[in-house]
Amino acid sequence: MEHKEVVIIGAGPAGLKAAKSLLDAGAHVTIIDRNKKLGGQLTKQTHKFFGSEKQFASFRGIDILELLVQDLGRYAERLNILNETSVVGLYKDKVLSCVKHDRYFKIKAKRIIMATGASEKHLPFENNDLPGIYAAGAVQTLMNEYGVKPGHKVLMVGSGNIGLIVSYQLMQAGVQVVALVEAASSISGYLVHASKIKRLGVDILTRTTIKKALGTDQVEKVVIWDVDDTWQGIKRTERTLHVDTVCISVGLAPLTELLMQVGAEVTYVRELGGNVPIINPYYETTVKGVYACGDALGIEEASSAMVEGALTGMFVAEDLGYTLEESTQKIKALKSELTFLRSGPHAEKIRTGYMKVGVKT
Amino acid sequence: MDPKHVIICRCSDVTLQDLYDLFEQGYDSFEELKRIKRVGMGPCQANTCGKMVQWEIAKYFNRPLEDVKFQNMRPFTLGVKLKSIKEAADDEE
Repeated sequence: MEHKEVVIIGAGPAGLKAAKSLLDAGAHVTIIDRNKKLGGQLTKQTHKFFGSEKQFASFRGIDILELLVQDLGRYAERLNILNETSVVGLYKDKVLSCVKHDRYFKIKAKRIIMATGASEKHLPFENNDLPGIYAAGAVQTLMNEYGVKPGHKVLMVGSGNIGLIVSYQLMQAGVQVVALVEAASSISGYLVHASKIKRLGVDILTRTTIKKALGTDQVEKVVIWDVDDTWQGIKRTERTLHVDTVCISVGLAPLTELLMQVGAEVTYVRELGGNVPIINPYYETTVKGVYACGDALGIEEASSAMVEGALTGMFVAEDLGYTLEESTQKIKALKSELTFLRSGPHAEKIRTGYMKVGVKT
Repeated sequence: MDPKHVIICRCSDVTLQDLYDLFEQGYDSFEELKRIKRVGMGPCQANTCGKMVQWEIAKYFNRPLEDVKFQNMRPFTLGVKLKSIKEAADDEE
């Protein structure tokens, strides 16, 4: 069994930033990611970021990714990257069991950082297993990574930023977005994204959801209907739309399965997207030596994930006994950056969520 | 909505009707549903169905989502070939 100093699971914005902090401090870092290309969701984010200038606002996700990876370049001798590798088990003695191309192996780590990100939520509706029904992330992967259109006429379900941005990207690719439905009474993403697609003629229907998909071998039609305050469909409000694709963008859930395996305490917080780990002020979970950052702690923007990653990397480095130059100032600056990113009205949900788990925002 | 055509767990083909039938019989926890219907035990390990199962339990029994316990997670998160594990064990010897 191989022994490693720090293992970071997930090479998205949080994981890459955590790696940078640790490498800066002098630590040896192993990054494990199940994909071939590092970057997590950044690999498919062709749109420009908002947030703060310090966290690459106005840069495209794919370009941010290049910068984050470049940042690690000069530490090649202390950095070990295991891509196309899945961590399949995590145990109390900080042993990870991994699989790469059918090769099974174990690693023992002194410290572990879970930067596993999130998975997409699905919806229960009639015939929700018909071909042509995708999660928004899958549509982004198809279009933005592989250059493949998912279909010709799409119903988008969900008006969060992902739903709005993917709608726009579908239109850029020449795909018709027939309508966007949202069960809540208002649009949940940024209005600047919503107005962009509205101007291009997309109907944004709030208090509306998908009732069923219809078709023999694939989606041919969908039935949508109005919903009441409890999100129950209202009879006799059904309308049929002709689409061949349904794109589901109803939110993300933190990926905490490995944390649950290792026995870290988790709690359900709806504002943060699902089961989230309890952490101390140093981003350490209730299992000593196992840390978490980024969307694994609660669903936010990539910008917050980067700051949390940088912070977590610093805390782990200090825990390992490395002394960091100007660490107090740097940590203070990163923390105020996080506060800034979580200060707007759109972050109210996040602030409420973190309050429930005792994290200071 | 016909719950027979609403797929909750696509790994093990469990429908919303299957869940309703079990709720009717008094099974109200993820762990019980899983042991009877394999929901959450397929290749995705509840990554797709998990939240929907929690939601449906909460709705049917009128409980807050926070009170519906998620399933216990155990290794492995993915299918691993026995051959791969054997080869790793042979190498260790």
